[in-house]
Amino acid sequence: MACNLWREKLDAFVDGELPVETEREFDAHLRACTSCAADVANRVQLKGAVKRAGRRFAPSADFRRKIEKQLLPRKRTWSAAWIPAVAAAVVILFAAAWIAGRWTAGSQAAIGELIDLHVTTLASANPVDIVSTDLHTVKPWFEGKLPFAVNVPDLKNTPFTLIGGRVTYLEQEPGAGLLFQYRKHRLSAFILQDRAKWKNIGTTGAPVRHASFWVETWSAGGLRYFVMGDTSVANVEQLSDLMKRAASAE
Amino acid sequence: MVIPFSKAQDQAQRGDEFAELALPLFDSLYNFACWLAHDRSEAEDLVQETYAKALKGFSSFQTGTNFRAWIFRILRNTFLNSRSGLASQTVALGDEGALENVPAAVTRDTPESILFERANQDAIQRAIENLALPFREVLLLAEVEEMPYREIADALGIPIGTVMSRLARARRVLRGELQGKVVRA
Repeated sequence: MACNLWREKLDAFVDGELPVETEREFDAHLRACTSCAADVANRVQLKGAVKRAGRRFAPSADFRRKIEKQLLPRKRTWSAAWIPAVAAAVVILFAAAWIAGRWTAGSQAAIGELIDLHVTTLASANPVDIVSTDLHTVKPWFEGKLPFAVNVPDLKNTPFTLIGGRVTYLEQEPGAGLLFQYRKHRLSAFILQDRAKWKNIGTTGAPVRHASFWVETWSAGGLRYFVMGDTSVANVEQLSDLMKRAASAE
Repeated sequence: MVIPFSKAQDQAQRGDEFAELALPLFDSLYNFACWLAHDRSEAEDLVQETYAKALKGFSSFQTGTNFRAWIFRILRNTFLNSRSGLASQTVALGDEGALENVPAAVTRDTPESILFERANQDAIQRAIENLALPFREVLLLAEVEEMPYREIADALGIPIGTVMSRLARARRVLRGELQGKVVRA
């Protein structure tokens, strides 16, 4: 097939919409035609860039709660109507006891999940969605993507370098993920809207050891901050102080 | 009114089934609504109305068919019937098949490579905003939601051939915009 005929199928090819046999033939053509191969590479890049740029708007936590309330109470209404009151009371008592017992464990689970996110980020070929060492580029990038402003620390005259940022999710709520470099180590800072269940964590004001990572967490201005890395405790503390200063400077 | 046990149970199960299918799409619906309406508060109203309509009409939804296409279609129709939706439909589509006037891509210093280096998402977002609604919605469903052509056709209620031609044109226009050559859809 002539090159110009293949070109008509470029979009369908990058979208994975060609029949298997045609796709195989196209694949063979690409190995021989650098022009079409370059075009495919460009289109794949544009596809990825549009995908990232298109995920622009995140709903606020309030709106999410409103919708969940709108869709989920049906279950509770039905249960209340048909399950005998005594059984419901017993279930509630057990649940309360269980929740109280798991309160601390739940908070620790959040730290565990964030460490997982940090490790996944390090393993990713594209660890950040906005690549920049400039806080004035990264900070505005989050605008419109999160229901709060992200304060990025000024790292001049510090041993840290900003790598970039990304929008991340914990328990279906969006937050900011910032990635920093310290020598050959990378550290993550996560900023999320604070939750009542986290009130008992980070009360010592110092990093704690979790798995093989040092994690410092604190709450300020309705937001919850987590800084973590596998470097020394002093590094995590220093980066946390820079984050705190950035937040209080606003 | 006393609802028979079996009917109440059935309704509750249907409600649960709806929530299970609908809630995971919340972020996608909201993002799409914002791109359509260009206004967060209007987008919230759209999403809320979409869920209310979808829940009401859920009995007509056939289990096993594409729920995502169905609910996106409700969202999009709700938007088209809104004030800003009606205003957005005044944009002329022109000849959807005519692509000759759109500049072809060059392989060196392409918009993609420049954007990749600079990670300039703002430029892409502006370019998407500048697309006329019929092209913007096809592009977002294909790239952001990663819908296959068939699903996009179902969601928008247009033939699959139209999906392909609009998508091709949207991409060309986007590339043209990013190259600094303003090409309107």
